[in-house]
Amino acid sequence: MSTSITTNGTKSATVAKGNKAGDAATWADERLGLAKANKLMSLRKVFPDHWSFMLGEIALWSFVILLLTGVFLTLWFKPSMGEVSYQGSYDQLRGIQMSEAYASTLHISFDVRAGLLMRQMHHWAAMLFIAAMLVHMMRTFLTGAFRKPRELNWVIGGLLLLLGILEGFAGYSLPDDLLSGTGLRIADGLVKATPVLGSYMSFFMFGGEFPGDVIIPRLYIAHVLLIPGLLLALIGAHMLLLVYHKHTQWPGPGRTENNVVGEPLMPIYMAKAGGFFFMVFGVVALMGGLMTINPVWRFGPYNPAEVTAGSQPDWYMGIAEGLLRIMPGWETHIFGITMSWNIFLPGQIGPIALFAIVLAYPFLEQWITGDKSEHHLLQRPRNAPTRTAFLAAMITLYGLLWAAGGNDILATQFHVSLNAITYFMRGAIFVVPVIAFILAKRWCISLQRHDNDKLLHGYETGIIMRSPEGGYSERHLPIADARAYKLTARERDEVYQGVNGTDANGVDAPNARVDGLRARLSRAWFATNVQKPTVAELEEGHHHAEAELEYEHAAGLDHQADGHQYDGRHDVAGDDLTHKH
Amino acid sequence: MRLITRKISARLSTRRRSRYAAPAVLVAALLAAGGLYVALSPADATNKADDASMIAKGRSLFQVGCSSCHGQNAEGIVTKRGKQYGPSLVGVGAAAVDFQVGTGRMPMAQPGVQAARKKPVYNQDEIDALGAYVQSLGPGPAVPDITQSDIDNADVVKGGQFFRTNCTACHNFAGSGGALPGGKHAPSLRGVSAKHLYEAMLTGPQQMPVFSDGVLSPQDKKDIIAYLKKNEATPSYGGFTLGSIGPVSEGLFAWIVGIGSLVGIGIWLTSSSTRSTKKKGDAA
Repeated sequence: MSTSITTNGTKSATVAKGNKAGDAATWADERLGLAKANKLMSLRKVFPDHWSFMLGEIALWSFVILLLTGVFLTLWFKPSMGEVSYQGSYDQLRGIQMSEAYASTLHISFDVRAGLLMRQMHHWAAMLFIAAMLVHMMRTFLTGAFRKPRELNWVIGGLLLLLGILEGFAGYSLPDDLLSGTGLRIADGLVKATPVLGSYMSFFMFGGEFPGDVIIPRLYIAHVLLIPGLLLALIGAHMLLLVYHKHTQWPGPGRTENNVVGEPLMPIYMAKAGGFFFMVFGVVALMGGLMTINPVWRFGPYNPAEVTAGSQPDWYMGIAEGLLRIMPGWETHIFGITMSWNIFLPGQIGPIALFAIVLAYPFLEQWITGDKSEHHLLQRPRNAPTRTAFLAAMITLYGLLWAAGGNDILATQFHVSLNAITYFMRGAIFVVPVIAFILAKRWCISLQRHDNDKLLHGYETGIIMRSPEGGYSERHLPIADARAYKLTARERDEVYQGVNGTDANGVDAPNARVDGLRARLSRAWFATNVQKPTVAELEEGHHHAEAELEYEHAAGLDHQADGHQYDGRHDVAGDDLTHKH
Repeated sequence: MRLITRKISARLSTRRRSRYAAPAVLVAALLAAGGLYVALSPADATNKADDASMIAKGRSLFQVGCSSCHGQNAEGIVTKRGKQYGPSLVGVGAAAVDFQVGTGRMPMAQPGVQAARKKPVYNQDEIDALGAYVQSLGPGPAVPDITQSDIDNADVVKGGQFFRTNCTACHNFAGSGGALPGGKHAPSLRGVSAKHLYEAMLTGPQQMPVFSDGVLSPQDKKDIIAYLKKNEATPSYGGFTLGSIGPVSEGLFAWIVGIGSLVGIGIWLTSSSTRSTKKKGDAA
């Protein structure tokens, strides 16, 4: 600084002239208290680095793209079922009577500059938004990141997924083309299948008999205001809890339950996250520019008398569609009331039950395992075999229902009988998930065994040794300490034993039956897991390896063949493994 | 006037129990039915003199290539269980022959629920001869004349409306085809010639219903064809069509292309962190 401050100068002290950025920051700080806010939510917050932690971010950035493109679309979209005659640029529909909603969608597609690109980006981003949420959820599930203290954040995530699906369905219905009208007709059927109240609910929803003339404006306000507002609020809560809990991390040297090892938010993680936004935007823009999605002009305006082959919902409703398609046509009539089990079960009970399981899962698992401690270190999927196998079964069920929802497309593309697919799926959804569960569980357990083998006997070097007796064996070498730390950085599973029997007075323990169930479940959950080796076992393993090496030295082998030639532990210059005959 | 009718009916009434009454009514009814048929039946069945050689040629082709399933005289073959091995072709008309043989569906390569479209085995002259032979067996729809004089956009729009009302339920919104029960399917309409489209509507091949001229007038049929041809000529505004089979393929691409590439980018971003810029050989 040129004007150094002197206390006994002749002139009064002057403040150095700051740079412009600093001035602006000071100006803002004096008015907004930025420095304090910064202290409150530290920009030095540390985030650990792992590819699987980026999945939720895909959903976040897709949502930002949805907001941006969605605002663009609202500038032209007319949420009205009023009839107009189309007079736009698309020849094949000119002069046809249609709703204003459909006409304005065509207008956006053909007569608004970049309108079709925006529509397609919006739709692709919606597909990716929900898909990324699902993938993110699977990551959280597989690594046990939903455990205490993050159970509520899991529930918020589940609600976000549900709202995302509802938002997507509302958006799918807005253009009022043949496909969206068909989708609404199915929604109408689902509502009408409600026992006793169904027809009343449908009449309230559509303002009269389907399709009525109010459903599009109603869905519109839900789509652009109500649900996005809820989504935004829940995303905010989700992120606040993320900052409050701090991010989970993989175990490793120096990483404990009480710290987070990674990059600071500012500047590194900000740069990464910001860069990732542009990447996501680029991918969505490419997809929107190159790949047709929902070509509404090909479907024509909705007309309840028409339908098209290949009418399907967007992928995230595919499992509900699949359930509906494979359900046998059961119906009962009681006291003049028709119970449409064929729609009520797959359309209402099925999805609600599935969703309830998702929301309740962290609490169910906690109850079974009795694990009430905080967890900030992630579990490898293999170390929670039952949970991993459960997800494998769920993914299998999801995939089967997806396939059932697209049974007509499968039939035409792969030349299979539509009926055969349907009959197969009716059995498969009960049988195949069980097989997937068993396979995944055994797979996890064998991977756990493999981990223990590596810890106790070392890794397989690929060097085949021949003993003086002529037998062959593979040389194993100890794994690196950091690796061994990672493999052993997990807790031992404890099977809940339950409070057994009766007390001194011969009275059964309270809640004995529930407690017994819990103990049985806990046994099923944990009993087959492979536990990490004890300290004694590890020491014995090391001792064994050293003893073997010593034996070889004592036996006077003519050359060192301990395998360390290949792992850089000692020089190979003097070694010669060629035959010395 | 009323008196006269009453008189006639009274006179008829007195004769109604006559021995000749029933045969007389029968004869009158037969004459009326026959007369109406002659007056209203399709007039395509008229044979020209030079058709005789065509018919003979068609017959010889038929006996080589078709008779093993359809019978020596195209009367059809019924299996022991009472099912059709090959249906009778009497009365199906030259239009049906032109469609089935012209699109390669006949002769079938193998038995199956439905004959698949393939490269035609016969050339157009042979198909015409086969058609003439089948037409000679009994009257049926002749090969239509589909020359279009003037098609304006209003016709295309009208064709689109007919298409969505009558065709999309099986053939899909873009004519990509769709599934039917038991392994049957509605084929894709893309790349099918206007003549064959018309003949399919006229004759209802395989699973397809017949759209007779009373249901869809010849002009309506031509409008539908014009709509389909217009769509084929229209560029795909949205980019790659992904098969035009609806949201299933869109979902597939969202997962494979979208989520696939974004997860890949995520892996790339996290693998090139500041920590991993260290050179090989650096101390750990």
